[in-house]
Amino acid sequence: MSSTSNLQRVLSAGHFAVTGEVGPPTGADAQALKAKADILRGCCDAYNVTDNQTAVVRMSSIAASAILLAEGLEPVMQMVCRDRNRIAIQSDILGAAALGIRNCLCLSGDHQSFGAAGKLHGHPGAKNVYDIDSVQLLSIIRDLRDKSLQQGGDSVTVAPDMLIGAAWTPLGDPIDFRVIRLAKKVAAGAQFIQTQSIFEVSRFAEQMKLVRNEGLHEKVAILAGIIVPKSAGMLRYMNKNVAGVTVPDELIERMDQASDRKEEGLKVTVELIEQVKAIEGVRGVHIQAIEAEHLIPEIVKRADLLPRPASGEAS
Amino acid sequence: MIVAQAKDINEIADKLTNYEKILVAGCATCVAECMAGGEKEVAITASALRMALRLRGCQAQVAEVTADRQCEWELIEEIAPQVEAADVVVSLACGVGVACMWDRFEPKPIIPGVNTVFLGHREKPGLWLERCAACGDCTIDRTAGICPIARCAKSLQNGPCGGSTDGKCEIDPELDCAWHLIIERLKAMNQLDTLRENTPPRDWSTSRDGGPRRVVVEDVEE
Ligand code: SF4
Ligand code: SF4
Repeated sequence: MSSTSNLQRVLSAGHFAVTGEVGPPTGADAQALKAKADILRGCCDAYNVTDNQTAVVRMSSIAASAILLAEGLEPVMQMVCRDRNRIAIQSDILGAAALGIRNCLCLSGDHQSFGAAGKLHGHPGAKNVYDIDSVQLLSIIRDLRDKSLQQGGDSVTVAPDMLIGAAWTPLGDPIDFRVIRLAKKVAAGAQFIQTQSIFEVSRFAEQMKLVRNEGLHEKVAILAGIIVPKSAGMLRYMNKNVAGVTVPDELIERMDQASDRKEEGLKVTVELIEQVKAIEGVRGVHIQAIEAEHLIPEIVKRADLLPRPASGEAS
Repeated sequence: MIVAQAKDINEIADKLTNYEKILVAGCATCVAECMAGGEKEVAITASALRMALRLRGCQAQVAEVTADRQCEWELIEEIAPQVEAADVVVSLACGVGVACMWDRFEPKPIIPGVNTVFLGHREKPGLWLERCAACGDCTIDRTAGICPIARCAKSLQNGPCGGSTDGKCEIDPELDCAWHLIIERLKAMNQLDTLRENTPPRDWSTSRDGGPRRVVVEDVEE
């Protein structure tokens, strides 16, 4: 159980990292996860496991992460501040580390009013927690790990070995604050960053320039977020409804015109990966194929990112 | 001030069908300001109740009174005769007023006629905004007078989440993103960099999380 994070090894060896995403099922269904694991095995260095994303109840990220781990996939356990106070969070971090989970992505979490963007009931009447925010969560895990200290000042017997990461919305409003926000997360201990999905590569490149001006790219591994477009409609929806995401009209049109949408989506994805890869300071990609995980192996192959560096003793 | 909002009249009327003498009691302070429970709203509520009760086949008398405040013993005393004469009181005061009225007139039922919603102010005619969450440890100067505990949907302490769009919050396109406001104000003051310093986890023990709160001022003579 003393293995360190595979993602960390890949990043420190200077490889261009690839992470993917596995949404836990809306049921006590280990089989669903195992099926996804079979599709994705070997094509990413680590796989994000979402934590009740869009405030919809799913299998816990910690349990789903443990299942993936048993399947030989390295999880990036997501942890949101919406549902747990600092007591529950620290306890879960200790438990996750004891289970062999080695990466944690610290997030504020979608507000409980979301309910899958209105597609499901969700639990809009829930009480949220927000005892701490994502920046504070980063520093709490860092101190647990590096100082064996709980936030309240008590010590822990065995420190959790955990690579800690955070999300970043480079093109989100208010835009003038976004690089400062990243700097705050880095100062709080973020070792890797997964960005909100990028479609406007040139604007992202401008933000990355500001990141380099502050030297942040040397302190943190930035993985650019890539979403696989499935249709023009999906892009239009994202453009309108997803905060911090703007999709250029040309791209929407291109998907609209395409005779084979799936193929066009794959092409666009591979192009986006190549474009962000060329930006100084981008050290990997985080690929999301929402409800289309089966596309990821093909994408990674076409983007010439296979084989992934051997995962050593990750499982 | 404390901001409250009228309850649905049917919700109140449903609780009153077994009474004969009903008193609607307003409060002339905060709830009058926010047009939920002052003298005017007492009159409106009373006549709406008369109608709603008649529809329910009840012949109750509905009287009206307004205290200067329902949260001060002396001022509650001024309306005691009317309260004593009623079987039940619909209080249009905030929750504090309702609680004090219960303390004074127990076991007389005092039914809340408004929903107490927040500590805030009147931004402009017809719009009241939450401004303070009474956390018990005021640090509003750090964020240039805009409190993220009260005004950010997630009470974030270190800047906006990824959901801020065009100055609005991810939960409601009508709601200002508190962090957007903070950042704009600090930018105008040329002090955006003050936000670079990370705010550590808060000690919420001074807030409601620490249990019901009391304020004691020593050496106060009766
Ligand atoms: S910091 Fe606390 S006391 Fe001050 S405005 Fe915010 S909630 Fe109110
Ligand atoms: S959008 Fe703004 S106000 Fe809303 S939760 Fe995020 S930071 Fe807070």
